[in-house]
Amino acid sequence: MEDLSLHILDVIENSINADAAKIRLTITEDTGKNLFSIEITDNGRGMDEEAIKMASDPFFTTKAKRTGLGIPFLADAAREAGGNISIKSGKGQGTTITANFQHDHIDRKPLGDIEKTIAVLIAAGPHIDFIFEFKRNEKNYLIDTAEIKEKLGDVPVNDPEVINFIKDGIRQWLKDTQDMIRYDLNKSRHSGL
Amino acid sequence: MTRLTIEDLLKIKEKHQAEFNLREGGYRAKVTVHMGTCGIAAGARAVMTALMDEISNAGIKDVIVTTSGCAGLCAREPMATVEIINQPPVKYCDLNEEQIKQIFKEHIMAGTPVEKYVLVAGCETTY
Repeated sequence: MEDLSLHILDVIENSINADAAKIRLTITEDTGKNLFSIEITDNGRGMDEEAIKMASDPFFTTKAKRTGLGIPFLADAAREAGGNISIKSGKGQGTTITANFQHDHIDRKPLGDIEKTIAVLIAAGPHIDFIFEFKRNEKNYLIDTAEIKEKLGDVPVNDPEVINFIKDGIRQWLKDTQDMIRYDLNKSRHSGL
Repeated sequence: MTRLTIEDLLKIKEKHQAEFNLREGGYRAKVTVHMGTCGIAAGARAVMTALMDEISNAGIKDVIVTTSGCAGLCAREPMATVEIINQPPVKYCDLNEEQIKQIFKEHIMAGTPVEKYVLVAGCETTY
């Protein structure tokens, strides 16, 4: 997969298949710490200890007759960029997957069209409460679909107009904060981090 | 006369349940884009985004789009299943953005499946 937003979609599809009703995605870019981090937390079925140990194995899956590749691919992408992945889970207690990347690593994949991933998730799972949080250094942007649904009343959250509104908001915020990341990244490189 | 089997009864039940579900939700059609790892890697997100854009541009409210996991035919991804009330479900394969736009216009809007992209029709439902 060419960008991280596709890995995110893949792993969140796992959460949906695990019957999660609430899913939180946090993407953190901290150029001071040279960190790019993706954290996905859900309240789905969770995994037992054996499943957690096996989760990075591409030939392991809890799905009948299928191969689970979402976590192994994300783990590979993290390791290729000088990072790591951690999984916290328990049967019936949901799952948290955290993938850390070295922000300025030459092999770190770009985030890609994250707004398209989010649009697909909301369109396909209007019943799920999603929280999407973006952090770029001290800047922060949060979308809570439970709040949006409350405000919309009878209008479904997967209405095309609502989804386009959410997509445009994310795209604009990422554009507005892009220069700050470039500037800080240059500064950290010059300072030898 | 061929005897009905339990499997036949289950298929009938599924079919009626499916139509009931679509009517209950106020939807005329449902499109399921297969969003397993294989589908995502092959371009399923772009296919679904193109479909959502078509629905948005057409200003229609009676078509629902959803996702499912791997359908078991990874080499034929991206795949999508179109289900319209009172018509057999149609599974399309090897899709791209232009093809799903054509499927939207000819099948979802006009009711005629685009045969050249069809993998299989009428043998299963996804709900």
